[in-house]
Amino acid sequence: MDDLYRENLMDHYQHPRHHGPMAECDAEAEGQNPLCGDQVIVQVKLTDGTIEEMRFTGHGCAISQAATSMLTELVQGLTVDEAAALPSQAILDELAIPLSAMRVKCAVLGLGTLKLALHRSAGTPLPAEWGDTDEMVWS
Amino acid sequence: MTVSPLTPTDLARIRADFPILARELHGQPLAYLDSASTSQKPQQMLDAMTSFYSTSNANVHRGVYTLGVESTDAFEAARDAVAALLNAPSRREVIFTRNTTEALNLVAKTYGVQNCGPGDVIVSTVLEHHANLVPWQVLAEQTGATLRFLDIDDEGNLQLDALDAIAREGNVKLVAVTHQSNTLGVRPPVAEIVAWAHAQGAVVVLDAAQTVPNRPVDVQALDVDFLAFSGHKTLGPTGIGALWGRESLLADLQPFLTGGEMIRSVKLERTSWNALPWKFEAGTPAYAEAVGLHAAIDYLQAVGLEAIDAHEHAITDYALGRLAEVPGLRIIGPQTAAARGGVVSFVLDDVHPHDIAEILDRHAVCVRAGHHCTQPLIERLGLAATVRASFYLTTTEAEIDRLVAGLLDVRRVMGV
Repeated sequence: MDDLYRENLMDHYQHPRHHGPMAECDAEAEGQNPLCGDQVIVQVKLTDGTIEEMRFTGHGCAISQAATSMLTELVQGLTVDEAAALPSQAILDELAIPLSAMRVKCAVLGLGTLKLALHRSAGTPLPAEWGDTDEMVWS
Repeated sequence: MTVSPLTPTDLARIRADFPILARELHGQPLAYLDSASTSQKPQQMLDAMTSFYSTSNANVHRGVYTLGVESTDAFEAARDAVAALLNAPSRREVIFTRNTTEALNLVAKTYGVQNCGPGDVIVSTVLEHHANLVPWQVLAEQTGATLRFLDIDDEGNLQLDALDAIAREGNVKLVAVTHQSNTLGVRPPVAEIVAWAHAQGAVVVLDAAQTVPNRPVDVQALDVDFLAFSGHKTLGPTGIGALWGRESLLADLQPFLTGGEMIRSVKLERTSWNALPWKFEAGTPAYAEAVGLHAAIDYLQAVGLEAIDAHEHAITDYALGRLAEVPGLRIIGPQTAAARGGVVSFVLDDVHPHDIAEILDRHAVCVRAGHHCTQPLIERLGLAATVRASFYLTTTEAEIDRLVAGLLDVRRVMGV
């Protein structure tokens, strides 16, 4: 099982990066997967259209929380357009572990919530590919 | 009456009948601990369906040719087997459905719609599976009736003290309750609830999906009015379940679904309904699955439902003792085997149940993680999810030992 719960993933789960609320932010959204009770709240600080910092809070399984922690490092310094265009595969590559279809939803919860925050902040609609994740609850 | 649990020899013989138990996962033999979701299948049941399809298949209640007669006889014999299993007064009271969910919906959309209206009260409980909760919510919305829920204590024991206030409110028409919680294994005091409901002039709908598979269930002794169960949890195939209902109630109801089979005569202007039970069985029924369910019932009765119940009690007692040895593990629900069936929900420190189930899968231990289709119950308990291990006539102490070893490995992997 160590191929699944490998060291890097567990390190992010137990020591999440950029974790905890941000006093002032430019974009914010909450994502929940009611099937497993996973929840993340994403906050983003922007400078000139670039992600200065993404922070998150929440709770859930190791996959959802570690993937969101990895995401905070992945998107730092990206432009809003670059981050909003990140494919799910980017976070799956980051996790670098085999995931069943059910656990993929856990893995992309943070990314979907970040995209919602960025699109909401820019006043643009969430892309269609996030519209079919109907198990998720976005707010 | 004391019945001996299954002996190790019995268990070995039973397990040899279940071909899937020979399967290995990740190099280890399967430890299937999710029977509350669905049961695995004995070869005898699989053979009965294969033999039926190989020799006698034809649509039922149609053909005058030999195959059609054999098929109809086999289908109706399955109905007799279900009637006998439940000690039903009449075979006309056994309606085949797809599963428990469809059986409960049938009651809501026939008896419920035809008997409930504004000002009436429907009573259910926070213990219920969504299948015995959502249909009553929809019924209340459709008819203007009010839906009241009985609460539990922190161990999951149903609290009946609200019944007095509900009785004063009056107009109670229907009480829907589970025979055994699929999440906690707790068994509500059905006899008290039935006595109370009948004193109010209400009918009782019992969700027996978790008890028909593993202990004697007698509709006359229970004195309920409707009872539902699923074939797939009862060693049978998917796609077949049954509703039992009192003939005096069923006789007056308008049909559930309409079409072929459920009619007596059809004219362009008007249709008259078939007799019970076929009035409620529109379209070609799952007759091959009924044959499978019949074989499953025969299997259960050959082993003995009292013996299966005693085995589940013994294995649950053993599991509760072994699970108590796992540091950080908390049993959700009754803490002793006395008050519950063979279903144990638990949490382990703050490790998410999905992580636990995934790591256990690497040990070939199959458990369920999540809300188990009981979101209101999980919320009432202040949780997001639990891990659930559930036991049946094939479960061994060795499988429980592997669950415990797997949980110790969960602690290691997750660093708790």
